Amino acid sequence: MTKITYTEKKDTRSGFGAGLAELGRTNPNVVALCADLVGSLKMQEFIKENPERFFQIGIAEANMMGIAAGLTIGGKIPFSGTFANFSTGRVYDQIRQSIAYSEKNVKICASHAGLTLGEDGATHQILEDIGMMKMLPNMVVINPCDYNQTKAATIAIADYHGPVYLRFGRPSVPIFTPADQKFEIGKAIKLIEGTDVTIFATGHLVWEAIEAEAVLAEQGISVEVINIHTIKPLDTEAILASVAKTGCVVTAEEHQMNGGLGDSVAQTLALNHPAPLEMVAVNDSFGESGKPAELMTKYGIDAANIVKAAQRAIARK
Amino acid sequence: MSKPTTAELERIASQVRRDIVRMVHAVNSGHPGGSLGCTDFLVALYFHAMNRKDGFDMDGKGEDLFFLSNGHISPVWYSVLARAGYFEVSELATFRKINSRLQGHPATEEGLEGIRIASGSLGQGLSVACGAAQAKKLNGDKNLIYALMGDGELEEGQVWEAAMYAAHCKVDNLIATVDFNGQQIDGPTEEVMSLGNIKAKFEAFGWTVIESNGNDMASIVSSLEEAKKLTGQGKPILNLMTTDMGYGVDFMVGTHKWHGVAPNDEQLADALGQLEETLGDY
Ligand SMILES: Cc1ncc(C[n+]2csc(CCOP(=O)(O)OP(=O)(O)O)c2C)c(N)n1
Ligand SMILES: [Mg+2]
Repeated sequence: MTKITYTEKKDTRSGFGAGLAELGRTNPNVVALCADLVGSLKMQEFIKENPERFFQIGIAEANMMGIAAGLTIGGKIPFSGTFANFSTGRVYDQIRQSIAYSEKNVKICASHAGLTLGEDGATHQILEDIGMMKMLPNMVVINPCDYNQTKAATIAIADYHGPVYLRFGRPSVPIFTPADQKFEIGKAIKLIEGTDVTIFATGHLVWEAIEAEAVLAEQGISVEVINIHTIKPLDTEAILASVAKTGCVVTAEEHQMNGGLGDSVAQTLALNHPAPLEMVAVNDSFGESGKPAELMTKYGIDAANIVKAAQRAIARK
Repeated sequence: MSKPTTAELERIASQVRRDIVRMVHAVNSGHPGGSLGCTDFLVALYFHAMNRKDGFDMDGKGEDLFFLSNGHISPVWYSVLARAGYFEVSELATFRKINSRLQGHPATEEGLEGIRIASGSLGQGLSVACGAAQAKKLNGDKNLIYALMGDGELEEGQVWEAAMYAAHCKVDNLIATVDFNGQQIDGPTEEVMSLGNIKAKFEAFGWTVIESNGNDMASIVSSLEEAKKLTGQGKPILNLMTTDMGYGVDFMVGTHKWHGVAPNDEQLADALGQLEETLGDY
């Protein structure tokens, strides 16, 4: 495999905005809703081109989820946009009853997820959203890694019928997936082949995993890096095939250890192929204000922590 | 087909009330009080007011749609849906039993005809109705959206989010009704959480409000006709409908005690003695 590099950085939320704008041009059933965060969610282009298909809800997220559910009755495909915290915890019961249980074709698009929203601090830094959403029956949970993948995922979920939680973030991060890569829900992407340890990473942590691989390679360790952009349904086949080869695992995510990707992988391993597993995730703690990179380091979810976790996992084989 | 007369609607309502008390008695659970109070309204809605297509499809294009936000009064809705031909009347016997499509609170999962959204967790239905109303507008569909809420349910903040939204967005193809029975689980609404002047509150939010007597078939029919005439004028319509909880069964009337309690055998016999079997029990 060729070395993974990047030339440009961009925020994943802009990938969402670009994907939504494209959907506005290609799919007349797509409608968008927002709770007073149009700029943060990068929805301006869609709104400018399709004003009649945009619904400004004001600061009323519960209402937004209900309206989105209602819009599906009549064949619309609603994309709701607000911060991840207000897309999940604030409206859990509305999503549970009016969207998930009612099997409504709503796309819950959530920006500013995790620690990397930075200075706003813990009130806004949700680290529990993947867990809440993946526990809901019928809900698909997607956490893409860069601008291109977020754009592709946004476009892809319009063609899938059913509720989806699409999680992305605020900071600029390297763009390393090909612009023309098709997004397949539930299909993990192998980025680097290796034989000593597998790193399953999601969202912003995929790039950190790529950087960790470079460090480990210099130490003579052969690392496999797999991008788990879809946490539910989980690509258990890809996970088990890789573990059968490498024999130990690291998971990496910008989320609580409880309820995140690590949990899902642990369940898969325990049920099918027990193997040493180390989790890089936030350990039962809220975040705080700071720069994204500082927070990633302080809460133990950067490339350096992935390197250490890989070494621990290999030592446990 | 000509519309049923008031007397015919009343005969349907009598049968629906029998269905309600029999359904909740059979499983010793469910919510008779609100169901009996809203029986006349739902009968008038389905058998008189609504423009309905034959059969059922989820998108409901080209017809009026109804959303029940106070999902606990599922018995009355199930009975009216069955009596209106959405599914077999015999299926009412499965209410709240294992493997039934007639869940304790309305659900879509098993495809029960007539139901488009789950409800039971209060406060969500008006938002859903607003969304469905907006979808109708996008589709160029001139039909109407109806919704029903409890008065205690108005204590949920989301209702007022939706009320503000509906006025701001001129959702004028929506007729929402409040079951103004003055009761909720823990007692009269005035004691639990006084609702103040509901009419003035909705008017202040930018709605057109009409008032009706929800246990008088003629009043319900004329208020629904009036409400329909008021649609399409830039404002959402609220039908503030006074009812008696438990109406039709003398020992259940006017108290929150029968909100969610089923009658025992003697009470059932007493109730059925007060309600004529007009269309045949299921
Ligand atoms: C969000 C939520 N909180 C609490 C309940 C429990 N509950 C069910 S019915 C009810 C009272 C509702 O009062 P009202 O809307 O006036 O209905 P009525 O009792 O008149 O039928 C309550 C508190 C619920 N179903 N949903
Ligand atoms: Mg009440």
